[in-house]
Amino acid sequence: MTDSMDYKKIGLRVGLEVHQQLDTKRKLFCNCPAGVYTSSHDGAVLRHMRPTLSELGEYDGTALMEFKTKKNVVYLLHKSNVCTYEMDDTPPFPINQEAIDIAIEQCLMLGCDIVDEVHIARKQYLDGSIPTGFQRTAIVGVEGSIPFRERRISITQISVEEDSCREVSDRGHLIVWRTDRLGMPLIETVTGPDLRTPEEVAEAILCIGRVCRSTGHVRVGMGASRQDVNVSVAGGRRVEIKGVAKAGLAPALVHGEAVRQVNLLELRNELRSRGLRHADDIQVHHEDVTKLVADSQFDHFRAATWQSQHATRAAGSRSDLEHGGGDFCVRAVVLHGLARTLSWPTQPDLTFAHELMGRVRVIACLDQQPTFIHNENWPDYEGSQQELERLRRSLDCSGDDALIVIWGAAEDTVTAAEEIRLRYVDALDGVPHETRQPKADGSTDFERILPGPDRMYPDTDSPPQAITRSRVKRLQDTLPEPPWQREDRYGSVGVPLPTIHFLIRRGGARLVDLVVENCGSDLAWTCYFFGERLKGLRRSGVPVDRISDEGWLTLFNRFRQQPALRDAWKEIVSGLAESPDLDTVLSGLGLDRRLDDLPESVRVAIETEPFQQPSYNDGQFQRFLMGCLMSGLRGLVPAAEISSALSSELEART
Amino acid sequence: MSDGKDPLKGYRGLARSRLENLGMRVWGDVRVRNTAGSTFEGVILPRSETFDDLHVVLKLKTGYNVGIHVDRIESIEELGFKEAVYKIPEKAFPVTPDLPNVTLLGTGGTIASRLDYRTGAVIPAFTPGELYGAVPELAELCNLTTKKIFGVFSENMSWVEYVTLAEAVGEAIEGGADGVVIGHGTDTMGHTASVLSFMVQNSPVPVVVVGSQRSSDRPSSDAALNLIHAVSAAARGDIAEVQICMFGPTSDHYGLLHRGTRCRKMHSSYRSTFRTIGDVPLSVVDRDGFTTINPDYLPRDHSRKVRIDTLHDDRVTILYYYPGMKPDLVDALVEKGYRGIVIAGTGLGHVNKPLFPALKRAIDQGVHVVMTVQTLWGFAQMYVYDTGRDLLKLGVVPLDNMLPETALMKLGWVLGHTDEHDEVMAMMRNPINHEITEREPHNGYVILQGGLPEVDEFITDHWK
Repeated sequence: MTDSMDYKKIGLRVGLEVHQQLDTKRKLFCNCPAGVYTSSHDGAVLRHMRPTLSELGEYDGTALMEFKTKKNVVYLLHKSNVCTYEMDDTPPFPINQEAIDIAIEQCLMLGCDIVDEVHIARKQYLDGSIPTGFQRTAIVGVEGSIPFRERRISITQISVEEDSCREVSDRGHLIVWRTDRLGMPLIETVTGPDLRTPEEVAEAILCIGRVCRSTGHVRVGMGASRQDVNVSVAGGRRVEIKGVAKAGLAPALVHGEAVRQVNLLELRNELRSRGLRHADDIQVHHEDVTKLVADSQFDHFRAATWQSQHATRAAGSRSDLEHGGGDFCVRAVVLHGLARTLSWPTQPDLTFAHELMGRVRVIACLDQQPTFIHNENWPDYEGSQQELERLRRSLDCSGDDALIVIWGAAEDTVTAAEEIRLRYVDALDGVPHETRQPKADGSTDFERILPGPDRMYPDTDSPPQAITRSRVKRLQDTLPEPPWQREDRYGSVGVPLPTIHFLIRRGGARLVDLVVENCGSDLAWTCYFFGERLKGLRRSGVPVDRISDEGWLTLFNRFRQQPALRDAWKEIVSGLAESPDLDTVLSGLGLDRRLDDLPESVRVAIETEPFQQPSYNDGQFQRFLMGCLMSGLRGLVPAAEISSALSSELEART
Repeated sequence: MSDGKDPLKGYRGLARSRLENLGMRVWGDVRVRNTAGSTFEGVILPRSETFDDLHVVLKLKTGYNVGIHVDRIESIEELGFKEAVYKIPEKAFPVTPDLPNVTLLGTGGTIASRLDYRTGAVIPAFTPGELYGAVPELAELCNLTTKKIFGVFSENMSWVEYVTLAEAVGEAIEGGADGVVIGHGTDTMGHTASVLSFMVQNSPVPVVVVGSQRSSDRPSSDAALNLIHAVSAAARGDIAEVQICMFGPTSDHYGLLHRGTRCRKMHSSYRSTFRTIGDVPLSVVDRDGFTTINPDYLPRDHSRKVRIDTLHDDRVTILYYYPGMKPDLVDALVEKGYRGIVIAGTGLGHVNKPLFPALKRAIDQGVHVVMTVQTLWGFAQMYVYDTGRDLLKLGVVPLDNMLPETALMKLGWVLGHTDEHDEVMAMMRNPINHEITEREPHNGYVILQGGLPEVDEFITDHWK
């Protein structure tokens, strides 16, 4: 598979769902502190998720799929960051108004219209990531847009919602979640499917990130912002790549998904050309072949191997929760008329067999490696080909058929065989609606079927919240500047774009504007100060972020009064990071005095110079003298004045 | 506006008149344009009458709901009409000859339900077919018959309902049921289980009261598992008493069977809210069967004949004593014609001295006054302090370790049989089903105190 691809030709369309944690004191629906993370626990709860009947009296397809997995869900609790609300043992408290305010700010910055009455909905998730089985979420704004590459990206909606648990482990039938993050407020910004290339996706993620940061009320750091990337190509379907942690990872993921969809569409055409069009055309049969392979030299066909895998990874008494139902079983699955489809390419370096493995791993909970083996990639072991032949004969598997062999707890192998059939049924239609998880190597793996609007329903525990126009106006009046306006303003005085972006991302832009406005500081120099100089100092370990707004204002006012102090910025800022009182810092550096007679200092320097035969018109000599003078006078006299005094003194002596 | 055919159901005031003027109706599939130029497409939902009269609620195509202020509606057009149909699917509940027959009586609440995704309304599943659709596991346990007796929230249960319910239990047992399950809201489940313990005596089969703390429209609900446990206890359990079946821990792990007279809801929202007070539960129930905890119960015996006795007098009350209580409260109760007063007293069964004359007046007028303890655990022991001895002398009768709510239910039931003071008190003090116990086992009072190292160690390692 080639890396170059005509994205326009394949009709690539990408949209984003950017999740950003809000910097609130408390969680969204209870009074627990937000942002307190723990790595241990002092309580645990075991739960199961059960699908609820949908409107048409059917179980929602996704919900049913997740129920089929029969997962034991364990939540680890720590009393420092969760209460009985997160455990789903107490109904929600009134929604956090601080979070609503920040969400409104975000909406306003993205040009959205604020809804008049916020209705809290429940969005079902049966993977256990939220103990209630649903996420509480509410639309706050709609229909906005932001400038992007000479055009605009549309913002469909912005909602405020509670964050989910963090996954600790997922083995067999047991998934373990940590609850510290659960319930923290975040906003989800949904864009239209307006992005056309993988590179645009990365750029748009950064762009929206800057909008979030511009409010000054969002959390930063690992996991504080995550995005889901929705990808489709012409004829394909929306596939959601979930939880992309960094913009830089997006281009490879988007490219890989585009390739995958194109390949799946080609597989659909291939299946059609074989006369396979309807679900009934997919004929799969499977048999328990445990006895048939009893003497196999393939390790994984032995119960002992499988059991030892379970035994070694089992932790304490909970191991039982990982096991599926029934004894060890090896099951052969014959796929009629589907020869050569298992090795059909999908993502770069992966095949259709990996699509099947993803489903089997998630739904049948068979997560051993390899998940299964098949005739188009049969492993090499003593007697392997004879064994494959024996299996084919025993199951009447012709040359047109494909053969998969899976193993594990008996009930799980039956579920797996059924999932394999269902994935082929989906293949008749091209690209299934899926949520996929990103891997470090740029590939993705199946996570779950994409939920539809049927999984949304009103939260009967929470009353609607009216948002008055006066509240919106109050927030509009104090709204920070959106990033694109800052880019124009800073850019017009010559600040480079990367510096501007850094200032917006790291909150320096706020300080720039603060001291420019209050201390009359020069904009370009101030951007350089906060965007470049301070970055270096921070990197070298000086805790510059300890300096308060008040501290910066005092410093920049003094800079204005005594411009010479700017030359000693590094020493002064390092001092301020340790001690908040500027005068103390200055006196410690010997900068609390004034130098009245500069020419005298220059004369002294020249006359005490260590050279025997000074050559007064030598540039090197002049630079040396300048260095000597600066080390004694830095911060007392501006460098330019020293330089000119030195020049005139030297000139007088030649 | 209670008219089911109201085209603007739940809307009132300004919102109603604006929608009327615009010719809009609930379930209309509409496109709204507001004064800010935003477009919303979705279905107009009915509005809860407790919400304000300024907004119209739309269900958007994404599934989200939003409220639009009627003053901000620029234009609105109806594109279609999508009325929600409240119907739950039915699948025939399979009949398996070898399985026990269980009758499920419904009083309200939602043991199993379907949710209307647009309104959030919960539609109870109740017929066997509906229940089979929601909790198919039941078919492996029994053949199910259901009877909806009434549909009330449990706080609206009262003596009229208790009588109907007791008679329905009797009919089910006479009709040959191998066990009876009663679906009930949890708030007053303890009261109902306790009064049924007196109204339904000598049952040959289990009578199991069950409910849920998280409604069954939620994926995390305890309803299905509670129902499975309760049906299992009714179909195969050996305890032929009125019992409550609810979660043991808050984890999806096992249920506990509590004796109807000794059980109380102890937390407003936890799943593990029901606790046997002053004793241990009867049994653990899980998918594998039963583990007896307290072997002192009435075993299943089909030869026994059930006795339904629903006589009662509802002129009874609980007086929850607090420091500084004024005697006029007692006088008022007597004046209003109350015939029985259960005092939930402090400590070992005390009230303040100023109440004494009022209590004396009440007793002199033939009102039956009994003493329980508001500590819930422990006995009313009125011989220990002067106050207790004085109250005894006034004629206040201690009910040992009978729970206040159980005492209330029993006093109402007893007063339906006699008003003769000595008989009343003899009946009150003579336990029918362990509402007074002779001994309190030392593990009958266990409230672990969190924060202590040994307790925190325990709760760290056990499923909560």
